[in-house]
Amino acid sequence: MPDALPPDQPNAARRRWMAVLARADIDELGDRLGALPPYRVLRGPEAGLVMVRGRTGGGGAPFNLGEMTTTRCTVRTDTGFVGHAYVAGRNERLAQLAALADALLQDPIQQDRLLEDVIEPLAATQQARRDTVAAKAAATRVQFFAMRNMRS
Amino acid sequence: MAYVTVKGGEQAIDNAHAWLAEERRGDRTVQELTLAQIEQQLGRSVDRAMGEGSLYDRELAALAVKQAQGDLIEAAFLLRAYRTTLPRFAHSLPIETATMQIRRRISAVFKDLPGGQVLGPTYDYTHRLLDFDMAHSDARTSDEAVSTMPRVPDILGHEGLIEPDGNGEAEPGDLTRQPLSFPATRDVRLQALARGDEGFLLALGYSTQRGYGGTHPFAGEIRMGEVAVEIEPPELGFAIDIGDITVTECQMVNQFKGSKTTPPQFTRGYGLVFGFCERKAMAMALVDRAMRAEELGEEVTAPAQNVEFVLYHSDNIEATGFVEHLKLPHYVDFQSELQNVRRLQREVALTAERAEAVCGQDTPPPLAGGSWGQGAVPPSSPLPPTSSREGRGRFSP
Repeated sequence: MPDALPPDQPNAARRRWMAVLARADIDELGDRLGALPPYRVLRGPEAGLVMVRGRTGGGGAPFNLGEMTTTRCTVRTDTGFVGHAYVAGRNERLAQLAALADALLQDPIQQDRLLEDVIEPLAATQQARRDTVAAKAAATRVQFFAMRNMRS
Repeated sequence: MAYVTVKGGEQAIDNAHAWLAEERRGDRTVQELTLAQIEQQLGRSVDRAMGEGSLYDRELAALAVKQAQGDLIEAAFLLRAYRTTLPRFAHSLPIETATMQIRRRISAVFKDLPGGQVLGPTYDYTHRLLDFDMAHSDARTSDEAVSTMPRVPDILGHEGLIEPDGNGEAEPGDLTRQPLSFPATRDVRLQALARGDEGFLLALGYSTQRGYGGTHPFAGEIRMGEVAVEIEPPELGFAIDIGDITVTECQMVNQFKGSKTTPPQFTRGYGLVFGFCERKAMAMALVDRAMRAEELGEEVTAPAQNVEFVLYHSDNIEATGFVEHLKLPHYVDFQSELQNVRRLQREVALTAERAEAVCGQDTPPPLAGGSWGQGAVPPSSPLPPTSSREGRGRFSP
């Protein structure tokens, strides 16, 4: 199934919604998707591992840091769209719903509505969470003075 | 192996395990711990189990901590065992710590570094007094957010004062697939350190500060926070973001006199670990730098500089396996040792009797004869590699 996206940025939109779905709260995603259309599970949901890599010195050659659990799922809607999901952790239901959402979002007829009703609100929740952390971090920002400077 | 198979004792073993379960649960009038409580309120234990278990999954790590009654090496062991039951889907693209959502970021070398110093949820500057109130601190926030933060090596790097990260996109070695072999390249060393025992690395890092392979370290930067993990599944053909993990990174900056080919500049040791494990990240960076001694033309004299010594002993799962295997039945071995000692004692007594009979002199019997040592060698010990024994003489300061 071809991506329903312009060829100049073939995957940018899809990458964004997949990133949002991977971080979604399962209950919120379920609520926002509402009644699910008919679909078939092609693979999974199954738990497995991803070997996380870092870079030597932060920017150099890659090395293997350690593994993380990941759950993947692939579904096909009755309308013929195939959706994939890889999500951190072992939540099989989240992987399945994320894969279904990925399939539905590729349907040009549904895409705008789903972006507005599902992805944007989830993204807002996630951004709010990040903002809270950033604000807490900012409250611990310090200005150290060397003793010599303290006199001036 | 030097231990022997035994049979029997099933009932006793069942009873022991039942009692263990009872002990683990403790007094049933006390509420049972939930995994969420462990994950949320014993986060540092969870982080350490994940790091040394080399498996990032907070919920599983919480379960491991609970099942192990808080024994973190046992918890790491449980996670290592669990991971073998799962297939590996992919490896990630290298995580970009430069784009981390910062929770903590400090530098001991620049007080006014771009992006500022962010203390985050730290124990630094606490009084280390037991807080009998354990008052619930309300989280305070600030209106201004923390923005992107350049990495300290990049700041120094512009002036050519510090060695660059280097490059290369070679497929890194993987200790979960290939056993450790030597010479071990830096990618393999970093993997081993990342899953190594915090206590062991801490002691080794400390030893370098005390002069056993000193590197004059400065904590160039320590940062902790969340980074996105991306993989490129073949069925998609492009990279996707699968979620965030918490990591701690340490850039240790070290003096370097320079060599024939390299001008004097700062060198670096690198630490990167799962979760908020600052002490481990710092120790890892110290030991990483120490192990680069040979590469940088420094004399290899100390344990922390000896790559084989460090890597063969940093893994606490292997270490606990070999130390604790001593509990397994060694009955046959010990019987042969016992016979050995009895024979030697008889020989010594006999020699003494003869000497007395011949000379009538009062010479002390020659204790600890030459043959004693042969019998006392650990019988067919499977682990310590013969090659590491050659290095042993070098450890003396």
